[in-house]
Amino acid sequence: MKTKRITVMAMCVALAMILSYVESQIPSPGIPGVKLGLANIAVIFVLYKLGWKEAVGVSLLRVALVSLLFGHVASLLYSAAGAVLSLVGMIVLKRWDKLSCVAVSVIGGVLHNVGQILMAWALMGPNVVYYLPVLILSGTVAGIAIGAVSALLVHRVDLKV
Amino acid sequence: MKQASAGKTLRADLIVIVGLLLLAAVLWLVLSIGREEGGVAVVRVDGVETERHLLSVDGVFPLNGGSNILVIEDGQAWLSEANCPDLLCVKQGKIHYTGQVITCLPNRLTVTVESGESNGVDFTVG
Repeated sequence: MKTKRITVMAMCVALAMILSYVESQIPSPGIPGVKLGLANIAVIFVLYKLGWKEAVGVSLLRVALVSLLFGHVASLLYSAAGAVLSLVGMIVLKRWDKLSCVAVSVIGGVLHNVGQILMAWALMGPNVVYYLPVLILSGTVAGIAIGAVSALLVHRVDLKV
Repeated sequence: MKQASAGKTLRADLIVIVGLLLLAAVLWLVLSIGREEGGVAVVRVDGVETERHLLSVDGVFPLNGGSNILVIEDGQAWLSEANCPDLLCVKQGKIHYTGQVITCLPNRLTVTVESGESNGVDFTVG
């Protein structure tokens, strides 16, 4: 059974990377940090189907690999800050067990953006805080969409591991 | 997911989503109240001030020996051109509130909006 878990994790890392690439082809709306977060579908799927440790592994591997392949040092710092904060929030809320997958995804999306703002604050100074309201809004809206897709997958995919 | 608690879960979800939207609205209000229109764009290279331009006077200014081009129009300042490869300073857009900064890391150049004594006054005649 262990081999199957590892295989599923590897597949989800690959899927998350593909989703990151697909997302990079979508034109940006002009505000830095506003995005869908398609890769979070894979992370939420793993969080619900395999467990929190596996989700941490998939998310951080995806961040490292995508930054190495398509990005640069700055994009690694921003993505890692977003991913870590988002993971902590999603894991805690899932354990709390009072919210559905959609709200967990919303919190994940918003915290991802908050993490990026904190990193930008550290690198560029406090003026980036003015992006926070629009990033909380965009994180919430994107989180609802990503959460709805993830909820469908979590319910319909029958994974025996 | 437990079927029995589906209604409760939906309500909790809605509370989270509405709460976040309210938080965004409140933050936006608080942040926009605290902002002031600036009066002057201050250019610094390596942290040392090299020039300053009134936001009330339109103009195009080559900075730092032409490495970046500063444009001032309608009370807003932005960098229209730069010789660096990433052009991040150009993408940072237009600024006009006190405290806003455009940073060009490769040329170690910043443009900061400051309040300036000439805020709202076009010319002072001796």
